[in-house]
Formats: sequence, structure tokens, C-alpha cells
Amino acid sequence: MGASDLIMYEEEFQRIKEVISKLRVDANANVVFLVDKNGQQIAATGDIERLDTTSLASLTAGNVAATDGLAKLIGEKEFSVLFHEGEKDNIHISIVGGKVILVVIFDERSSLGLVRLRVKRSSEELNRLFQQIMEKTERERAAGESSFDSPFAEITDEDIDALFNE
Amino acid sequence: MSFINYASREINCKIVYYGPGLCGKTTNLQYIYEKTNPSAKGKLISLATETDRTLFFDFLPLDLGTIRGFKTRFHLYTVPGQVFYDASRKLILKGVDGVVFVADSQEPRMDANVESVRNLESNLKDHGYDLAMVPYVLQLNKRDLPTAIPIEEMLRQLRIKSEPYFEAVAPKGIGVFDTLKACAKQVLIELSKK
Repeated sequence: MGASDLIMYEEEFQRIKEVISKLRVDANANVVFLVDKNGQQIAATGDIERLDTTSLASLTAGNVAATDGLAKLIGEKEFSVLFHEGEKDNIHISIVGGKVILVVIFDERSSLGLVRLRVKRSSEELNRLFQQIMEKTERERAAGESSFDSPFAEITDEDIDALFNE
Repeated sequence: MSFINYASREINCKIVYYGPGLCGKTTNLQYIYEKTNPSAKGKLISLATETDRTLFFDFLPLDLGTIRGFKTRFHLYTVPGQVFYDASRKLILKGVDGVVFVADSQEPRMDANVESVRNLESNLKDHGYDLAMVPYVLQLNKRDLPTAIPIEEMLRQLRIKSEPYFEAVAPKGIGVFDTLKACAKQVLIELSKK
């Protein structure tokens, strides 16, 4: 199961943040964030102070997982776009490269058409970036543990006990 | 599948509480939620039916502190226990780093426990995991009930490897943190091997 771990490095993280920040401005959206399919938040930008982004991430992933299940039941591979329309705010959810979930929250200052258009462009870029991250992780792993500087390589029982005694 | 973010120096892991319907998975999470320092926890989300049965999942994010400068965050999930929610149950196992199996100690629930362990094994397999390799803890819950069967008998039927086991009374918190700690420990040790 180790091979599927997602490891994010500073450089790629900054580039991802740039892409979603640009998307937020271009799409005139309030919030843009990225979640992996297991519900871990990867990056977020915009008016996130008033939002519980951890819960949002987990519910989004649950939502996408359930919708994936529905798709398979009727013989579709996936529903790559989900849209929830509210009175004021709307949520646009799309899957990037089959792995990552891109969420855009917007209100009446934008429109579904604009969001869709901008999301499409950013998705291609994000897809490329995540491809690079996967390749980099694979390379690091293949190069052996000496170059793969895991912060947990020398974890001790005491370290773990200390976590629970605080 | 853990997520290590070198940029924000965070590590995220996912632990799933599994087990038959009404065995106390949600109660475990509720107790952890109640007893955890507000700064270390997020919101407890329960997607439940009107009668408080888990419909999709419960979710509790927990900050455990820092290891080697990395913020260690665990996401705890429960699955719906009833047999007919299997499709939802399988979805939640996706990307799991560790599993806690909550067994109901009451004699009439033994068949349900056994069936649920088998179900766990097969759902993990569908995601490409082998239960023998996944960090795993067995919790024997409801030890305070008069119909609880002897521990030896439960272990004989439910233990699948040399996983640690804990006796528990979840509403009172007995065994709850011991169980979580044992699972988190295995998850972190697994990470250190990579």
C-alpha cells in the first residue's frame, strides 16, 4: 500500500497554490480547494476563515465516492462533474486526472458557465502537476531510502507515547 | 494511504472503525470527541438516520501533536454497520491506514461479529489491501453486559492475526483511548518502515 501514498513537496505545493489562486480570481469564486479522494485537504485558497475546511474535505470526498458508486451502478465510469445549487452559494465539484477533487464555491457574482470554463483550463494544468508529483514520489522511492528523507524513519516508541500524554 | 505534506509539514492518516450494527463504533468516536481538548479536534460529523443509526459515516479529525516537526493528524471514520449498507462501507475503507474492529461481546451478536470480520477482509481485498498487512486492533466492546461471552471464546472466533485486543465499555470510555492509541501506533510504525 506504500506505493500509493501521496507526498507533497514545497515546490509543487506552491505551484498548485498558484494555479488554484488564479482559478479563484478568473472564475470570480469565493473559495477554491483541492482534496484527495480519501478526504484529505491538499490546498485551499480564498475566503476560508469562515469555513470548516476539514469537514468540507471529508464530506466532499464522501459525496464523490457515493456518486462514483452510483455511476458504476448504471454502467458509467464516473460522473466527472457535480454541481450543487443553493440560494446564494453554489458548489462545483470536478475530478482532476481521476485522482484529485477540485472544489469551487461561488455565488451570484459568478456563473456556472464561467466556472466550468475556468475549471476546465485549470484542470489540465493541475493534472500535469499531479502527474509530476506522482513521478517524483516514485523516483524518490526507487532511489532508495537514503535519499527519501522520511521524517518518520527513526520514530521511537517514546515519540508515539508522548503524543498521547500531552 | 497517508498524505505527507512537506510544505505545510503535516501528515494525515486515516483510521476506520469497523464492526457489526450497534456494536459501538459511533460511541467510540463520541467518547473520543468529548474527552479531547477542543484545540486538538475538529467537528464530529455524523451522517445518520433520524434514529441515529449511521447512514454513511461519522468523521472526527484529531490533531495528535508533533513528531519530528511534523503535525500528526488522524482522521477517524466509522462505517455503517448494518449488512445492507455494504456499498457505503466499502467506499469508506478507501485509502485506509489502520482499522479498529469493534466487536459486540453479547452472545447473540457473535455471528454478526464473525460475518463483519469476513466482510472487512473481503472489502479490503477489493481495494487491494491484505488484512494481514494492515495496522489492525480488535476491541471487545460491551464487556459490562450480563450476556457478554468469555474473552477467550471471542478471541478464538475473531482474532485473525496477533493483533492487540482491548476490553471496552465505550459509553464509559473504558478501553476507548487504549484502542485508538494502539492503532495509531501501528500506523506510525508502518510509516516509519516506508
